[in-house]
Amino acid sequence: TAAFSTSQTNTIRATLFPGDGIGPEIAESVKQVFNAAEVPIEWEEHYVSNSVDPRTNSFLTWESLESVRRNGVGLKGPMATPIGKGHRSLNLTLRKELGLYANVRPCFSLPGYKTRYDDVDLVTIRENTEGEYSGLEHQVVRGVVESLKIITRQASLRVAEYAFHYAQTNGRKRVSAIHKANIMRKTDGLFLKCCREVAQKYPDITYEEVIIDNCCMMLVKNPALFDVLVMPNLYGDIISDLCAGLIGGLGLTPSCNIGEAGIALAEAVHGSAPDIAGKNLANPTALLLSSVAMLRHLKLDDKANRIHDAILKTIAEGNHRTVDLGGKSTTTEFTNEVCDNL
Amino acid sequence: TYMPRPGDGAPRTVTLIPGDGIGPLVTGAVQQVMEAMHAPVDFESYDVHGDMTAVPPEVIDSIRRNKVCLKGGLATPVGGGVSSLNMQLRKELDLYASLVYCFNLPGLPTRHENVNIVVIRENTEGEYSGLEHEVVPGVVESLKVMTKFCSERIAKYAFEYAYLNNRKKVTAVHKANIMKLADGLFLESCREIATKYPGIKYNEIIVDNCCMQLVSKPEQFDVMVTPNLYGNLVANTAAGIAGGTGVMPGGNVGQDHAVFEQGASAGNVGNEKLVEQKKANPIALLLSSAMMLRHLRFPSFADRLETSVKRVIAEGRHMTKDLGGSSTTQEVVDAVVAQLH
Ligand SMILES: Nc1ncnc2c1ncn2[C@@H]1O[C@H](COP(=O)(O)OP(=O)(O)OP(=O)(O)O)[C@@H](O)[C@H]1O
Ligand SMILES: Nc1ncnc2c1ncn2[C@@H]1O[C@H](COP(=O)(O)OP(=O)(O)OP(=O)(O)O)[C@@H](O)[C@H]1O
Ligand SMILES: [Mg+2]
Ligand SMILES: [Mg+2]
Repeated sequence: TAAFSTSQTNTIRATLFPGDGIGPEIAESVKQVFNAAEVPIEWEEHYVSNSVDPRTNSFLTWESLESVRRNGVGLKGPMATPIGKGHRSLNLTLRKELGLYANVRPCFSLPGYKTRYDDVDLVTIRENTEGEYSGLEHQVVRGVVESLKIITRQASLRVAEYAFHYAQTNGRKRVSAIHKANIMRKTDGLFLKCCREVAQKYPDITYEEVIIDNCCMMLVKNPALFDVLVMPNLYGDIISDLCAGLIGGLGLTPSCNIGEAGIALAEAVHGSAPDIAGKNLANPTALLLSSVAMLRHLKLDDKANRIHDAILKTIAEGNHRTVDLGGKSTTTEFTNEVCDNL
Repeated sequence: TYMPRPGDGAPRTVTLIPGDGIGPLVTGAVQQVMEAMHAPVDFESYDVHGDMTAVPPEVIDSIRRNKVCLKGGLATPVGGGVSSLNMQLRKELDLYASLVYCFNLPGLPTRHENVNIVVIRENTEGEYSGLEHEVVPGVVESLKVMTKFCSERIAKYAFEYAYLNNRKKVTAVHKANIMKLADGLFLESCREIATKYPGIKYNEIIVDNCCMQLVSKPEQFDVMVTPNLYGNLVANTAAGIAGGTGVMPGGNVGQDHAVFEQGASAGNVGNEKLVEQKKANPIALLLSSAMMLRHLRFPSFADRLETSVKRVIAEGRHMTKDLGGSSTTQEVVDAVVAQLH
């Protein structure tokens, strides 16, 4: 603590939601690695409450949300929404209350961990607030239902801006807008129009448009063709999972949500994995890599790189892999090895 | 053996649309192979191009008369208010089921093995309703329409297909956790039909997870039934893992008519270079025409054609560029003809 007090002024406060199931175990792993790497972050830990907070109509309390708003940055483990009526899903609460409009998922092949694809290095950026997820559906007459997809200029511009900004600040060369404007001429057409407008402001970044079905095929045949991909909500959901599949599944893929006023909430993509919760078997890689994304967002690139390299080294060495990657190590053993590799 | 009804050997007339780009090359390949086999098929060929405002009425009439059509790709004009002719044909003839067969061909190395998937996709509604409008400037809406009628008939077709082809499992692809009513209706229909086929396993998968599973464990899938848009994505993903659009056969079918075409990305017309060098891959359309022969109840012609195509692939000496070779379309056709027995 003495060492810390001298750098107290530089300490950054961040919110941590360990979450449910395996969440607390993998969050512990992040805390341990951050300590070992001497990352100047002080966590404000918040848990999902066991009663509904009337101010948020959710099991997430107002104080938890305020903490993220105040800190502007956070890390979140998986949350399992309790079943029952009269409250909002936890993820929806976070997305709406914090205006999380973009979901960023870097996807890269882990050196030494063999999948059928060893040449993936791309980032998907998904619009997260509208599109097919509007929740607007109704039955017109018996046996006929309509579901509305909404695309707005504002949300499209905002996510496109973020995609190009991300490309530029992360040394990426190309942004591909993924769409189905040959069929949905107006909605996806508007999305493309916004992307083009933003592309004009970034002459150094190559801009292209790819139809989503062709994108699926190109991704599975030659994922190396892609760099940064930006797309409406549903396509982002599908493509980002497809990309996760290319590199070995949800246990490995990080993600970061970008919200209004520059909020960044990093999170692992996977669920709470109740089947292995509390058994010290979970792979903390996804959450660790998410925390790396958070550090990059905070411009703590040195720390981010050190941790990133240590994770990759641990996986590449091969003798400390967790069960999901075909290894025998526990969460703790894996984490200790990452710390040793720092 | 196949015991035909008297007269079954009479030639059948089939409407042929060579189409744009590589279309004439690959339909030409089919014509040559049919001729070499002396297959009982007469083609009635029509000039149709993607830049026409509509499919000419005489073409529609011809398909109505012949019931069966074979087509190359029709270019979809980008931008502009013209709707794709591929879609017009499907709507006009109510070809409500699209089928793409994605499988590994022995001898063709791909990243995945044991892919053997049939994607059956609803072809007439869903996200392809064409109903869109601007609510206020900067806000546009698009309607996804799902009906019990269309969901039921596609589910029926999928199970019937599985039953008639000795397939063991049907997987419904959906996003009902988000689109509770629309995709919920689709699932409800699939579940109802599933109860009538106790011999066929039925399960459901969310579309994003489905795509992830396809690239990691494709062997778990058998027949898949999907609403319009998801089917487009699932078929292209499945085609991609098994060797690409150049080899996957497929077609569209409705109550009265069937149109056979390259399976995934039927709108594909290749690029100029492919057309100039005459190097389009005819395998997909040749396999589609074998499906057509079976549909016309010429089973042994279908088997001969398929066997010969598979021999050429297994040999590996006559492959087009998309399969890692450098052969022209004609060289592949000649090899297929040489393998006919
Ligand atoms: N980090 C991880 N390490 C190891 N295995 C994992 C990890 N995350 C997920 N899994 C495994 O992947 C499978 C699916 O996990 P997931 O958490 O998405 O389950 P779930 O039941 O959908 O949970 P939830 O209801 O919270 O979404 C489970 O078998 C789980 O054990
Ligand atoms: N029969 C074929 N023979 C050779 N190449 C093919 C064939 N069919 C498709 N391809 C090629 O495979 C690639 C992907 O096919 P797809 O149909 O998705 O293309 P597309 O969406 O029409 O885009 P584009 O043709 O402009 O690249 C294209 O480069 C296409 O030219
Ligand atoms: Mg998803
Ligand atoms: Mg889950």
